Amino acid sequence: MSLHLERISLTVGGSHHIDDVSLTLERGTINVLLGPTLAGKTSLMRLMAGLDRPTSGRVLADGVDVTGCKVEARNVAMVYQQFINYPTLSVYENIASPLRVQRRPKDEIDRKVRAAAALLRLESHLDRTPLQLSGGQQQRCAIARAVAKEADLVLLDEPLANLDYKLREELREELPRIFAATGAIFVYATTEPTEALLLGGSTATLSEGRLVQFGPTAEVYHRPRSLRAAATFSDPPLNVATIEKRGEAIHLPDGTRAPSSGLLADLADGRYRIGVRAHDLLLARPNEGAIEIRGSVDVTEMTGSESFVHVHTGAHAGDLRWVALTPGVHEVVPGASIGIFVDPKRLFVFAEDGQLAAGPVDTGY
Amino acid sequence: MDKPINNAAWFLILPAFAIVLFNAVIPMMTVVNYSVQDSFGNNQFFWNGLGWFQELLDPSSELGGRFFASLGRSALFSAIVLAVQVPLGIAVALSMPRSGIALALCLVFIAMPLLIPWNVVGTMWQLYSRSDIGLLGWTVNAIGIPFNYTNSVLAAWTVLVLMDTWHWTGLIALLCYAGLKSIPDAYYQAARIDGASRWAVFTRIELPKLRSVLLIGVLLRFMDSFMIYTEPFVVTGGGPGSVTTFLSIDLVKIALGQFDLGKAGAMSIVYTLIILAVCWVFYTVMVTPENKGARE
Repeated sequence: MSLHLERISLTVGGSHHIDDVSLTLERGTINVLLGPTLAGKTSLMRLMAGLDRPTSGRVLADGVDVTGCKVEARNVAMVYQQFINYPTLSVYENIASPLRVQRRPKDEIDRKVRAAAALLRLESHLDRTPLQLSGGQQQRCAIARAVAKEADLVLLDEPLANLDYKLREELREELPRIFAATGAIFVYATTEPTEALLLGGSTATLSEGRLVQFGPTAEVYHRPRSLRAAATFSDPPLNVATIEKRGEAIHLPDGTRAPSSGLLADLADGRYRIGVRAHDLLLARPNEGAIEIRGSVDVTEMTGSESFVHVHTGAHAGDLRWVALTPGVHEVVPGASIGIFVDPKRLFVFAEDGQLAAGPVDTGY
Repeated sequence: MDKPINNAAWFLILPAFAIVLFNAVIPMMTVVNYSVQDSFGNNQFFWNGLGWFQELLDPSSELGGRFFASLGRSALFSAIVLAVQVPLGIAVALSMPRSGIALALCLVFIAMPLLIPWNVVGTMWQLYSRSDIGLLGWTVNAIGIPFNYTNSVLAAWTVLVLMDTWHWTGLIALLCYAGLKSIPDAYYQAARIDGASRWAVFTRIELPKLRSVLLIGVLLRFMDSFMIYTEPFVVTGGGPGSVTTFLSIDLVKIALGQFDLGKAGAMSIVYTLIILAVCWVFYTVMVTPENKGARE
């Protein structure tokens, strides 16, 4: 099945939950909805499922208008952030429940339940009730229910958010494989850019109820069309600064002045905003053309393999804050004076309206 | 590990111990004291051993017959009250508005009877049900059904059950409402996506989630209805005859009406033990998790 959203909007009590979203999802694809909390991911999923009716726009399944069609009549499965299972039913009965509602024959139910349980490694827990399982297994049970149902559309709403780190990694690795076999449209909502990159497939970045950009995940990451798209798909947050280009030089509000080289060379004079991902902000000069920004360190966070160095630059009026991500453990004393470097070929330049004016071209993926 | 034993710590629990002694054990002991003696007034007591208990628990004796009859009435009353109020309370909680001013009003009206003192409730219903001047009693008679709780067994029981239901269903409803509120919306959504029926949602999601609040509700309602005194005393005084003489009413009749302190003492102890036993069973069911090793 292919699912086509045609200029969908959802307004509740005067506020736009979803604003004019058009999106086509193909059969057998993984689609990530990426955006911060309240970006509209859950609202959009509810519209796709048919739990809510859009205020305007149409939902087409294989070209057939299913806008007003209730969720029971569509073949949809959904997994939530909370571990949602029937508390008194065994794992087996939980997985079987949607099939029982569909009144499938007994042996077919048994076969499908066992297959789904095997896929999610729950075979030895079929007789238990969900509360006797660990959190990870409870979520596996919920996912197995979605698998067994063989839905055309599988919606996963931040399914790993309530799991601890190890379990999250483990399950995230398995998920694409599990659902690839079913041939369903697989939609996965997350707030974490890293998760989108790990899942691959296509990504739709959402912000304030609008679709910002949709395309293959790597492309959306490397070639954001707007400042908003780049900001949504950056973790740690995108470093953004306003620059002014005058002739051969660019000026930053903190007083930094640099020759306009790299991507900045071909721009017309005027004001722009640059976006630099944390890992492109370097503590050592990468090449001759790099722009150096002097500042002082606020704080350094070390994760073990990487360090986040928070820097602010400039006198009070033109204060800018930057976060640089560097490999290894760097002990930088807060308050220390430091130079951070931006390679003028590895940044995004946005026009004042937020549209991409220039971006790195050599990032073949 | 070698822990030093400091016996001075015992002094620290002395205040608590003294309070429990004063507040529970000593009054209880006076009852135990009465239950093993006989008195003919004048503050003269004679040792009777377990005589009263033997008589009380022997249905063929006069005292025993009376005790078991009252016990039966109390048990029947509790059973009826639970059978009516628990489903009704759940139904009320399920049909309450979800939000807004309607919900606030609903909560206030449901809670209101709970705030009225027992004897006031008794007086209200006594007047309300009277066949001469009571709105309810008069109306029922006017539509052709004879209704007089001073001479009809059915009418007397009906008034008491109605009164108790009016007074206490709100408690169950409020407990269930709180229990229902705590079920995440995602459960209902998931059930909808599964295509589960309303009945399946009730039995598979709502009831299991209500289990613990319902147990508390049933326990409270059982204890309260089994010990009910004031309201039937005010409304029917235990009559007509003795058809609404519950254990508590009978106990007071024996202790203060006939001044048979020995019989009343023995009866009090058995009464207390029955309630304790039932509460213990409930408590055990409640604290034993449905699933051993449950994690959440």
